[in-house]
Amino acid sequence: MFEEYLPVLILAVVATAFAAGSLVVSSLVGPRVPNPTKLSAYECGNEPLAEIRTTRFPIRFYLVAMLFLIFDIETVFLYPWAVVFRSFGWFGLAQMGVFVAILGVAFVYEFGRGGLEWD
Amino acid sequence: MSEHALWVPFFRAIVVFVYFLLVTAVLIWAERRIVARMQARLGPNRIGPFGALQTLVDGVKMFFKEDVTPAMVDRPVFVLAPLIGVIAGFLSMAVIPIGGEVTLFGETFTLVVSDLNVGVLWILAMGSIHVYSVFLAGWSSNSPYPLMGGVRASAQMISYEIAQGLAVASVVIYTGSLRVGDIVAAQSGDGLFPGMPGWNAIVLFPAFLIFTIGMVAEAGRPPFDLAEAEGELVGGFHTEYSGMKFGMFMLAEFMNVVTMSAIMVTLFFGGPSGPTFGLPDAVAWVMPMFWFFVKMSAFIFFFILLRGALPRYRYDRLMSLGWKVLVPVGLVWALVTAAIVLLEEQTVLTTEVRIGLGVAAAVLVGALLFVGAAPEDADAIPDERDPQDDAAQAPGAADRAENAEEVGT
Repeated sequence: MFEEYLPVLILAVVATAFAAGSLVVSSLVGPRVPNPTKLSAYECGNEPLAEIRTTRFPIRFYLVAMLFLIFDIETVFLYPWAVVFRSFGWFGLAQMGVFVAILGVAFVYEFGRGGLEWD
Repeated sequence: MSEHALWVPFFRAIVVFVYFLLVTAVLIWAERRIVARMQARLGPNRIGPFGALQTLVDGVKMFFKEDVTPAMVDRPVFVLAPLIGVIAGFLSMAVIPIGGEVTLFGETFTLVVSDLNVGVLWILAMGSIHVYSVFLAGWSSNSPYPLMGGVRASAQMISYEIAQGLAVASVVIYTGSLRVGDIVAAQSGDGLFPGMPGWNAIVLFPAFLIFTIGMVAEAGRPPFDLAEAEGELVGGFHTEYSGMKFGMFMLAEFMNVVTMSAIMVTLFFGGPSGPTFGLPDAVAWVMPMFWFFVKMSAFIFFFILLRGALPRYRYDRLMSLGWKVLVPVGLVWALVTAAIVLLEEQTVLTTEVRIGLGVAAAVLVGALLFVGAAPEDADAIPDERDPQDDAAQAPGAADRAENAEEVGT
């Protein structure tokens, strides 16, 4: 176990050192000439809006996030099954078919109700 | 594995790190040259032979640029976001074999950082972590364009992640293992008839198609680069970034192209396997590295051609392609693959039956694809537009986009 992950750990350390090191070196050698315009939000030269956290963005994005959760979990369930389904045979395939079909019904319903339309 | 000397894990990690860093550097140069040619320009040609050292010089220049951290940002997260992107990019290469077995100072090992028993999951997990980098960058900037770019990009990436995950699932179903080494080994034999490569791309053609579309969207590359649509979102999630932090995002983006090409080659094109032309053993160990590099370069070239040839996709079309076409097709194909695998296990199929089954399955999935991909309002222009999009038409966006172009887009 440790033997397998040791090289990955080393790669992680090397990558972190490279990325963080670059930022540190850049902050040491780069110039620093701040002025109020530079430090304000970039809005193509307009006066920055008050507080961006209170602006709203389309509800569609929440819907995508929820759909993602459902289907990602489905995909996650597919993986362990994919490794062992040979030993379950046709019965195992039918089980997965039922699982996919249940989500499929919901998917078709949502499709029909226009939940996947992006206005 | 346990009998290796202590230097072997260090060697593996550092070789892979340097390899992918170099390939990324060459990619940036190659892209600028090739896209320039496609647009009847010259591209960088001053530094080094054919301008090949341009990337290096740009990287050095980046160190001496001012790293502006605007006043309104959430500092810790703002600094963390580019780091996450680059680190996740490097880590996803950990399970990809870049060559075959090599013998060095009496130690024989495969040229891969580590062939984990959950390798495929590792690749997907690192891809998911990359979404954090994009979203956290957009959110911590506390500024309108980055926020919109970050939200858009993460919605796009998670949507196509599912399609991609399903395509990879059918590879796992077909191979029966999550270990990347097993997937590569399963493809090294002959295909349906001798002389044809046993690549998953041929056997699992629909999954290959889904993965191809998914990888372009996942890497946020044209024609799916809506996260940083210069015309409307300035630079997308990295609008407020400058100096080396911006450089880190650029590096992560291009590294993603290399990673995606490498994953594609590994899962669908047999990784480093290929003919050795009966070379003596002393030289034959170079061939897997050669084949891997050639296959990976072909896909990198494909990415570059896409960028030069195709205009940007519309966001609503992008989302409907992902959800209405790729996800259902991926699901159906995964189950069809499982059924065919079970048939193969229980009865001995002749080559003709196999080809027939394959064609039937491909036609079925193709029909699904066609039905899903043909929306009734294909040419309709959405009447309601996002007010944020209108806001992005303000003057200045173009200038900023040009600057980004110079830095090395």
